[in-house]
Amino acid sequence: MRVLLHAVPWLAAIAAYFLMPERLPLLSSIAIAALFTVSLDLIVGYAGVVTLGQAAFFGAGAYTAGLLAQNGWGEPLSGLLAAAAVAAVLGLVTAPLVLRSGALAGLMVTLGLGLMLYEAANKAAAITGGADGLQGVEVWPVLGVFRFDLYGQTAYLYSLAVLFVLFWLAKLIVASPYGLSLRGINGNPRRAPALGVPVKTRLTVAYALAAAYAGVAGALLAQTTAFVSLDALSFQRSADGLLMLVLGGLGSLYGALIGAAAFTLAHHALSEASPIFWQFWLGIALIALALYGRGGLMGLLRKLMPRGAGS
Amino acid sequence: MTTLTRRAAILSAAALPAALARPALAQSGDPFRIGLVLPMTGPFASTGRQIDAAIKAWLRANPAAVAGKRLEILLRDDTGVAPDVTRRLAQELVVRERVRALAGFGLTPLALSAAPIATEAKVPMIVMAAATSIIPQRSPYIVRTSFTLPQAVRPMAEWAAKNGIKSVVTMVTDFAPGLDSEKAFKEAFSAAGGNVVAEIRTPLRNPDYAPFLQRVRDLKPDALFIFVPSGEGSALIKQFSERGLKEAGIRLIGTGDVLDDDILNDMGDAVLGAVTSHHYSTAHESRENAAFREAFKAVAPDMRPNFMAVGGWDGMHLLAEALRRTNGDVDGTKLVEAMKGQSWTSPRGPVSIDPATREMVQDIYIRRTERRDGQLWNVEFDKIQGVKDAA
Repeated sequence: MRVLLHAVPWLAAIAAYFLMPERLPLLSSIAIAALFTVSLDLIVGYAGVVTLGQAAFFGAGAYTAGLLAQNGWGEPLSGLLAAAAVAAVLGLVTAPLVLRSGALAGLMVTLGLGLMLYEAANKAAAITGGADGLQGVEVWPVLGVFRFDLYGQTAYLYSLAVLFVLFWLAKLIVASPYGLSLRGINGNPRRAPALGVPVKTRLTVAYALAAAYAGVAGALLAQTTAFVSLDALSFQRSADGLLMLVLGGLGSLYGALIGAAAFTLAHHALSEASPIFWQFWLGIALIALALYGRGGLMGLLRKLMPRGAGS
Repeated sequence: MTTLTRRAAILSAAALPAALARPALAQSGDPFRIGLVLPMTGPFASTGRQIDAAIKAWLRANPAAVAGKRLEILLRDDTGVAPDVTRRLAQELVVRERVRALAGFGLTPLALSAAPIATEAKVPMIVMAAATSIIPQRSPYIVRTSFTLPQAVRPMAEWAAKNGIKSVVTMVTDFAPGLDSEKAFKEAFSAAGGNVVAEIRTPLRNPDYAPFLQRVRDLKPDALFIFVPSGEGSALIKQFSERGLKEAGIRLIGTGDVLDDDILNDMGDAVLGAVTSHHYSTAHESRENAAFREAFKAVAPDMRPNFMAVGGWDGMHLLAEALRRTNGDVDGTKLVEAMKGQSWTSPRGPVSIDPATREMVQDIYIRRTERRDGQLWNVEFDKIQGVKDAA
């Protein structure tokens, strides 16, 4: 029963590939948003460090992969690894600043870092293309075989495969003793040191890990759209990610998947139905969910399921 | 209560994918579908609303079918700030909705991100707003019906040099279009024998113009050339007159988007007498423009059509005329070929499409802001004919 439940989202994702062959660009953007939300869940949901600057890592990854591909190295998988490495290093460097002070001050630091990186990318127009975006990104076929096509088939399957691997890696990490110690820190930050848990180190690693995940998500966007713009670093992206996470439910990686899918689909359906007033309806839906659906969509699902079936 | 809410939530969640998977509606009479991607929300919504209204007006004012094909518009909102969304929407319009042409594109990065889609899908892409010079070079399927910044800036510089302005201070907002216009102005003005005394850049966010304007006053140039995002124009010009630069004999010149017709009327008397260069003014006097304003008013009675709207109107004309010339053949390459070299009389005046660059060749007008019938207008009093994109 449980195995089946775990297979449901992936079966749905593969079914969507066959059922909506004309919707693949949207589906790819859902997969990428889901990976970004998983990265936020790791740091916000599990480690309990709230951030408003996760887009900094998303953008760093996007620009890393984009610049590599622009300068003659368009191999996608190594591009993802490079993006993860750059984002992780950026995470390691900035973690002490964020974790140094209390929750609210840390939040402000993440916001500041995000804005600084945005402005830096804007000013470094010679490298990043500034407000016009990165031009001439040429990504090679995945594994040397699958070319990125107009219908977005490769883009979707590639994004989905990366999401699948990294999702299960995240599952393993949060179930490991390390993951449990993160939950412990989140549950009672004062008590954790008394138990001999090195809080700072654990949180720093979590911050860098989440950064690497966000970097891969950014790299996926850069590679599948062959374009990077400043919007990859924007505050809006960080905020949307948090919305998706809260919508889906904090602290359960499935919540990240559901939240990203629900938010992106609703966003898309509403903006198509009403190009001018869609933001109003989206706002109404979010408020309604916040008032009536504690624990997000994942919380709703749990209530509906028989006890012990969920994970 | 909770069960009800819960059920409603599940129902709506279940209905969503079904609504998305809905197949394209069957249409009678083999329509020609045009995918229109515009910023309808966010900071650049006015661009989207102007163009959308102009296209609705064009459809009302012209026969519904061209060469036996009904023109059908599919509008999408890209929020103006997310190029990856623009690209995705363009991709979906081509792949799912089978549009035969893409149109709209409010800002440069948005147009650039969608360019590869036009190339790969071989559909014409009509850029109706974005104004950076490089855009049509990004795809052989791009044709532009708006203008480029150098196109508007150079005539201003040349006109100034010919009309007794010898020294100029330029003041631009510190972002890509601002820097472009600064460069174009300096080149053209120096070439015409003028002297740019100082180049001032103001920050994009929350600018305070007072210290910059004080510097201009101390420098005492013959004129101040400004380029700022259109919404900023009134604040800058207000401070220009409050600081007494007008009395100090400094003239104010700039490009027409600073005195955008959409908001010109609310700028107040401070803008009176400002001289700007642009390809379109709502006050342009011609039969075509009167018809355009009439049609636009029927769709959007509260708005004054601005240069964005005229880009949308001309884009529709260009596309329809190309379709007529190919006798209803929707092949993208043939359509673009049919657009090259077209010339017609637009509401802005005589225009043509340069076959080499796929850019507008158009008259650039020198206008002065005046009050007529209680409203502010940019009244044209001089023009430079057949200006190509010189960048």
